[in-house]
Amino acid sequence: MWIWFHKLGSPPHFYRTAGRLVPWFGIPALLLLVAGTVGGLAIAPPDYQQGDGFRIIYVHVPSAYISMFGYVAMAVAAAVGLIWRMKVAFAFAAACAPVGAAFTFLALATGSIWGKPMWGVWWDWDGRMTSVLVLFFLYVGVMALRSAFDDASKGDRAAALLAIVGVVNIPIIKFSVDWWNTLHQPATIAKLSAPSITMDMLVWLLAMVVGYTLFFAAVVTMRLRGEVLLRERGARWIRELNAHA
Amino acid sequence: MREFLLMDGYWAYVWSAWGLTLAVLLALVYSARRHHRQALRQAAEQDEAPRPVRAAVKELS
Repeated sequence: MWIWFHKLGSPPHFYRTAGRLVPWFGIPALLLLVAGTVGGLAIAPPDYQQGDGFRIIYVHVPSAYISMFGYVAMAVAAAVGLIWRMKVAFAFAAACAPVGAAFTFLALATGSIWGKPMWGVWWDWDGRMTSVLVLFFLYVGVMALRSAFDDASKGDRAAALLAIVGVVNIPIIKFSVDWWNTLHQPATIAKLSAPSITMDMLVWLLAMVVGYTLFFAAVVTMRLRGEVLLRERGARWIRELNAHA
Repeated sequence: MREFLLMDGYWAYVWSAWGLTLAVLLALVYSARRHHRQALRQAAEQDEAPRPVRAAVKELS
């Protein structure tokens, strides 16, 4: 276990392992996303209230879930980086930020597009929407803070601190729909009682959620390889890498 | 087919939400690949100067 952990912390080993992992995430992600798209758009029955308009759920819910999942992953990596001074962990946190920000943007945008026909408004300053907007700014802030330092390792540590503090926003997002009873509906699946969605709608949503998660893993792993290279500039293993390429 | 495309009259909302999602996912893959390529190029550029020169440059900056 410790040998494995130590090896994982070694950049050249990590760089190669990450490269081999990308297709293992990417190919199943693609298959699940295609299946979820066909199922969600064409096979799932229309909603009894929203008709075919509810089909936006298949791109909205997974984006919203990844926006939070990605943030927690980034914050955990940031904490590992600070505690064990592990360069690879900082690289992982740096790789998560832009990808998480993109999914937060998608959650906000698809939610807005869904809100207009169903609620009559594009936007409302309610708890859920406002806290997700804060999440978006947290991602942007973490990225800006990292690039504000000339010394990359100082930037990594400052960004890590902000990422960790920002975690308080995650439970606020999760429970916002229970605390403030406004336009956004409460949880459909992630709750203690049975999901309030029928099986023939739910399976495609689960395919999309798993597909998004694997897609996130694939893209972050690709970025991670770049981040490891940037942090290891001038190291001998990179010179050897370039000599072989 | 026509019925499928019309989406109960919600076509503009459903297709724009899906279209936007597809565009962002493709952009994420593209930017991740570019990010990796740029990092490789940067590492290669830095390797061209021998070690003592790099150390000197670092000291001056």
